[in-house]
Amino acid sequence: MENNFIFRNINFSLKEGEVMCLLGPNGTGKSTLIKCLTKILPLDEGTIIYDGLEMSNLSTEEIARGIGYVPQAHFSAFPYSVRDLIVMGRAPHLGLFSVPSHKDFDLVNESMETVGISHLADRPCTELSGGEQRLVLIARVLTQQPKILLLDEPTSHLDLGNQIRLLRLINNLAKTGLSIIMSSHFPDHAFISSQKVALMKEGKLTGLGSPDETVNEENLRKVYGIDVKIKEIKEGINRKICIPIV
Amino acid sequence: MPYKIKEKKFSRKNIRSNSVNLFLLVLPIVIFIFSMFIGRYVISPILVIKILLSKIIYIDPTWHPTMESVIWDVRLPRAVAAMLVGAGLSVSGASFQGLFKNPLVSPQILGVSAGAGFGAALALLLLDKLILVQISAFIGGVVAVAFTYKISKIYKTTPLLMLVLSGMVTAALFSALTSLIKYVADPLNKLPAVVFWLMGSFNAVSRGDLVFLGPFIIVGSAVLVLIRWRINVLSLGEEEARSMGINTEQLKFIIISSATIITAASVCMSGIIGWVGLVIPHVGRILVGPDHKKLIPVSLILGASYLLIVDDIARSAISTEIPIGILTAIIGAPFFAYLIRKSKSGWNY
Repeated sequence: MENNFIFRNINFSLKEGEVMCLLGPNGTGKSTLIKCLTKILPLDEGTIIYDGLEMSNLSTEEIARGIGYVPQAHFSAFPYSVRDLIVMGRAPHLGLFSVPSHKDFDLVNESMETVGISHLADRPCTELSGGEQRLVLIARVLTQQPKILLLDEPTSHLDLGNQIRLLRLINNLAKTGLSIIMSSHFPDHAFISSQKVALMKEGKLTGLGSPDETVNEENLRKVYGIDVKIKEIKEGINRKICIPIV
Repeated sequence: MPYKIKEKKFSRKNIRSNSVNLFLLVLPIVIFIFSMFIGRYVISPILVIKILLSKIIYIDPTWHPTMESVIWDVRLPRAVAAMLVGAGLSVSGASFQGLFKNPLVSPQILGVSAGAGFGAALALLLLDKLILVQISAFIGGVVAVAFTYKISKIYKTTPLLMLVLSGMVTAALFSALTSLIKYVADPLNKLPAVVFWLMGSFNAVSRGDLVFLGPFIIVGSAVLVLIRWRINVLSLGEEEARSMGINTEQLKFIIISSATIITAASVCMSGIIGWVGLVIPHVGRILVGPDHKKLIPVSLILGASYLLIVDDIARSAISTEIPIGILTAIIGAPFFAYLIRKSKSGWNY
């Protein structure tokens, strides 16, 4: 029975405007955990409390109004225009028989502006670059107007510039009061964007706390199995960086 | 700013979408009226229009009662049936293509036609009464899809791949049973009846059929038209759809049951007609793009117009009636090949 658990002993909470970075090796259950938090996957045991309510009692629609999810990869069989794809974020706010109204499209314009992709509005979503596609998905989740954002590896497959622009966007969104959980493969992202870090290994939390406490040389060795040096850079940057030892 | 508004109003895109709308509005009406003229019993167009109008306003009947009967009892029910079936199959096809995230899906994928064909063949063999054949065909179609749904159910979900595979299993099973019936049927009268029935025809459509079967197609299509926007969200995949608050199992069930009722009722009315539900949504995507908010209503109009034209050909091209299922395949298959080669607009892999 024991091996059937995907994860165990995971316990954390998140406040308004807080960014939590989920770190851990491949296959450790980061994506699965994120999907459980949106109730895409149901929990067999344990509880998730959202806004004082137990999530298993909420409908998918109620959850989607409060919690938005950006998948790691997106594939659409049909080349919807970016505008049509983003307006789909309104689904939890619309009735079964409704179609989006002008108001919904106004919200779409707003979130496209926030993310900086207004110029893409009429492009087919299947012809976007990896970076553009990620931004479109973030615009879509903003149109959903949730209070919590779950981002599954938001920076994967992005070039250096786009990675940093995306982290900057995440920081800005957190300032507007959104709580964000994102998974990442770069401990540096924890120093750049988050106030809280959860280190996962083999389905268990091996560390939880502020980036300064949690992302240390010993913990990273335990989790990833390699030696890492952490240095504090001054010179106007004032940030810690991780240097893996080869 | 006023310049901008003006520019928008007359932009090329708007002119295009307006002319597409006009075309879609006029198309079915023109084809419908045209269909009333066509037939072996020659009636002049003016008389046809007079006969049609005479039911609404009083016109002195200068025509032979046979003419009125040809229009009212033969051509009109047949045209309405072809439009209903064409619209229903196309809407089901477009919805299924969205649901299965695959533009190569037709409404028959879950085995509804195979089941309905078996139901009809069985009743033709044993009972040979049209109304019973139709009831049996309808039950056969619904049972087949219920069967598909049942075997694809894992825990509380029905994964799409399981649905498709179960549909194949079901279709194969019911086709084999239909073959068995053909094999044992009396080759002089029962076998031809079964074979012709399966090829599809609007030949035997009566006004009674419209009254009994029409509502199934209309209600099913109306449901699909109403939920059309949600099909967009569902077509992104179940996980993404669920993250946007869609109750995917419920929506899938609504789509599958509506499409099944439509297709089963269509088979009852006219036998098995393939290729319409597959091809028409592609034409729709070329005209208005992939957004199901527009695609579903457009498929409805195009499907109704298309099947009516094909039925006109089926009943008037040569001296005997051509089974319409053969025609839709002969026209649909090459046209589909042309579409997938020429334009990838509207879908990609």
